[in-house]
Amino acid sequence: MTTASNQSNGAPVLPATLTDAEGPKSDDVESQFITFSIGSEEYGVDILVVREIIAWTEVTQLPNTREFVRGVMNLRGSILPVFDLRCRFGMGLTEVAKTHVIIIVYVQDKLIGILADSVSQILVVKNSEIRPVPDVDLVVDQEFLAGLANSEDRMVAVLDVEHLFDPEMLRDSVDKARSMVAKGESNGD
Amino acid sequence: MAKQKGPLSQIEKFRATFFDECAERLTEIEDILETLPEADEETRSERLNELFRAVHSIKGGAGAFNFEDIVKVSHALEAALDHMRSRQITTSEDAIEKLIDGRDLLADIVDRVKAGKKAIAKRVKETVRSLEALFADVELAGAESAEAPSTEDILETAPKADSKRFAIKFKPTARLFETANDPLLIVRELKALGDLKTSLDANLLLPLEKLNPLESYLMWSFDLTTDASRDAVEEIFEFVADACALRIEEVSIEEPETASEAEVVASTGPTPRVPPPPPSSPPPTPSPQNTPTAVGSEPPPPAKVSSARKITSVRVDLDRIDTLVNMVGELVITQAMLEQYGEAVALHGGENFHRGLETMSSHMRDLQDGVMAVRMQPVKTVFARMPRLIRELSRKLGKKVRLTLRGEDTEVDKTIIELLSDPLTHMIRNSLDHGLEMPADRLAAGKTEEAEIILSADQRSGRIIIEVIDDGAGINRERVLGIAVERGLVDAGAELQPEEIDDLIFAPGFSTAEEVTDVSGRGVGMDVVRRSVQELGGRVTVLSTPGTGARFIMALPLTLAVMDGMIVRVGDEKYILPLACIIESLQLAPEDVQTVMDQAQVVRHRDEYIPLVSLASLFNVGGGLLNVSDRLVVFVETGMGKTLGLVVDDLLGQRQVVIKSLEENYLHVEGVSAATILGDGRVALILDVDGLEGMIVPMHGFQSRAAINILPENEVSP
Repeated sequence: MTTASNQSNGAPVLPATLTDAEGPKSDDVESQFITFSIGSEEYGVDILVVREIIAWTEVTQLPNTREFVRGVMNLRGSILPVFDLRCRFGMGLTEVAKTHVIIIVYVQDKLIGILADSVSQILVVKNSEIRPVPDVDLVVDQEFLAGLANSEDRMVAVLDVEHLFDPEMLRDSVDKARSMVAKGESNGD
Repeated sequence: MAKQKGPLSQIEKFRATFFDECAERLTEIEDILETLPEADEETRSERLNELFRAVHSIKGGAGAFNFEDIVKVSHALEAALDHMRSRQITTSEDAIEKLIDGRDLLADIVDRVKAGKKAIAKRVKETVRSLEALFADVELAGAESAEAPSTEDILETAPKADSKRFAIKFKPTARLFETANDPLLIVRELKALGDLKTSLDANLLLPLEKLNPLESYLMWSFDLTTDASRDAVEEIFEFVADACALRIEEVSIEEPETASEAEVVASTGPTPRVPPPPPSSPPPTPSPQNTPTAVGSEPPPPAKVSSARKITSVRVDLDRIDTLVNMVGELVITQAMLEQYGEAVALHGGENFHRGLETMSSHMRDLQDGVMAVRMQPVKTVFARMPRLIRELSRKLGKKVRLTLRGEDTEVDKTIIELLSDPLTHMIRNSLDHGLEMPADRLAAGKTEEAEIILSADQRSGRIIIEVIDDGAGINRERVLGIAVERGLVDAGAELQPEEIDDLIFAPGFSTAEEVTDVSGRGVGMDVVRRSVQELGGRVTVLSTPGTGARFIMALPLTLAVMDGMIVRVGDEKYILPLACIIESLQLAPEDVQTVMDQAQVVRHRDEYIPLVSLASLFNVGGGLLNVSDRLVVFVETGMGKTLGLVVDDLLGQRQVVIKSLEENYLHVEGVSAATILGDGRVALILDVDGLEGMIVPMHGFQSRAAINILPENEVSP
């Protein structure tokens, strides 16, 4: 985590688009990803969209939202939402402890926080080495993955953050949450 | 963000200033044009002078930047105004209409030029012509009386019988350039008056190596044949009167041209290189603030007196103010934090520290008020655009409308002012198009032929209330309901209260216009109004009485930056309730609560049954108090003036909070207007009372969306 946060300090302000899963770009160009773990799985996000990484801080819950929206936090005066990635992938709510981290990323001009168990490393891979996601039954919806990369002996799933938390999806989820409330269903566990 | 642009070059800065100034002047012109028809004789001429000055300064600036189109149109405007001023044309409705058109075009061109685009030459020509036509109709003014530079081709007309001939000597001083005037423009204006012969005297010009570029070395002699009055000629020099040496002499037409030697009256400006006055020149004028001295001239027109205006305002970049506001906001948070610690310290003998803190917080409040006041502007700036909108629309629709403005001086934050314009325009369009009847229908209904729209602004309990009231037909509920069913907004069999039907006009995709007009009826209008008002943390509602009219009420926060709030606790969560909407709070006793129709609960209070809303169940918050009698009910007032009882666990105290947007990085959350940061650095949500009400009111025939039972058995925490 320390390495990662040091690295991210100089991260540029503007988000860069993520590598396309379908067609790998100019092959020799290297991309850097910050990888982090959720349970036993490794995920990566393009380092260019990561603004900083902070330790878990208490968030304020938002009413009637989807479960994976943990709430909002204060980042030096800005208010931004924190999403629980584990929960987003249908693996249940993260039981947060002080060791958890929030990765602050830029998505379509908005700052959002992604809750992860821990940050692992910075992965440098050639674009040619990012392979498309095979058509298998994953826990994670494939549309949220930009591709797969290898880090030593482990596989890292590169996230397409823009898709993962895009506003339309969130709006949709808000509506779903509302209709759940309307139907009297419990929103919690 | 702003830093990325990099420093502006000097010229770009001037350009920016010019456009800023243009915008201001254009607004000023619009304002004046609006009030002109009502002005009496005396104020009218003063207003015309103001108009003239405003147009002139745009023209001057544009000339300096070589924005030809702006110069052309402003010149035409100026000429028309000039004729108005000398009363050759009356300020008829039509004339003002044309002036407004001219102003619009000018505003348009300014925008285009600003964006680096070319103006539409055809429109420029048409407008210039229509403005010229204004005074061409007047018999006194001949065809060539005041031509714009665009029509130079018809300048060479023969002098008329009543033509006069002027010999003009003009020697600008350096001050003329310092005040950003351009001799070329003056020459053009002279040329516009009639047949002009110009000769330049460059005798004083120094060799290049000795030339001081800031100095003025040239002088001109003009021989002008025109049927314009002497006043008109003098007017041209009005703005450079103290920056030049000038002599205007009327000569008889037959008289041969006067000698063209450098014959100049004594300069009034600090010009070192003015030649000694030749013997034939009139005695030097004593006052430095001199009007053009012309032999045997009448007393100068009164307009010239007000040239030196006192500066009472400063133009400040909005970004700078925002930085200041933000800073104060952070200070308020820090102070709140200190106050919390201070309370603990005070208990241990730190009274002085505590007192100091209290003084500081009172200073803080003053500072904050002061900074906020900088951002405040009267709503007049938005209201001023409406008379015109109404006039245009009523003409288009063939309706007769009188507009009454009230409370224009109510002040509101600049950001709100800016965002107010669109919804207000939509609302007025809506009222005119759908609300008001045709004159004949009005007469048939026993009303006056002329309809009335009242636009009012008022400050009420920390909010600004803007109302659009019309005395039209009101909302046609039958039709509204029919359309709503047709569009699938409401189930066919749904039974709705009259108010609920009225509210449907704000539903997305709803439009009652049978055909799409260019006035309203694209099916976006009122929906957009409601959304944009909500985004501002406000709300819009309608009260309609069929047959007698409708009243749209828009309630907005006065500022988007800070507000007074009460911290309430519900379970483990803290929320901020805007202080402005709290009426009172009290402890609940179980016997006070009654259940109506097996679902809604009400509390009897002061002979009224007030619906109860449990924040915990509305927001699905766990961990709250289970016992009703331990809980508090806070009576709050909604935008519609209804009272609502919010059930909370505890009141934690009053605090001034800095409003932070939730939408900036997230989305709108129902029942929440914004967020803030508490002293401990945590985020707290600011409640939106109307939003909360909306969450319990069954809409479109649905069951209530949140259970509002507050009985213990429904309060099991997840």
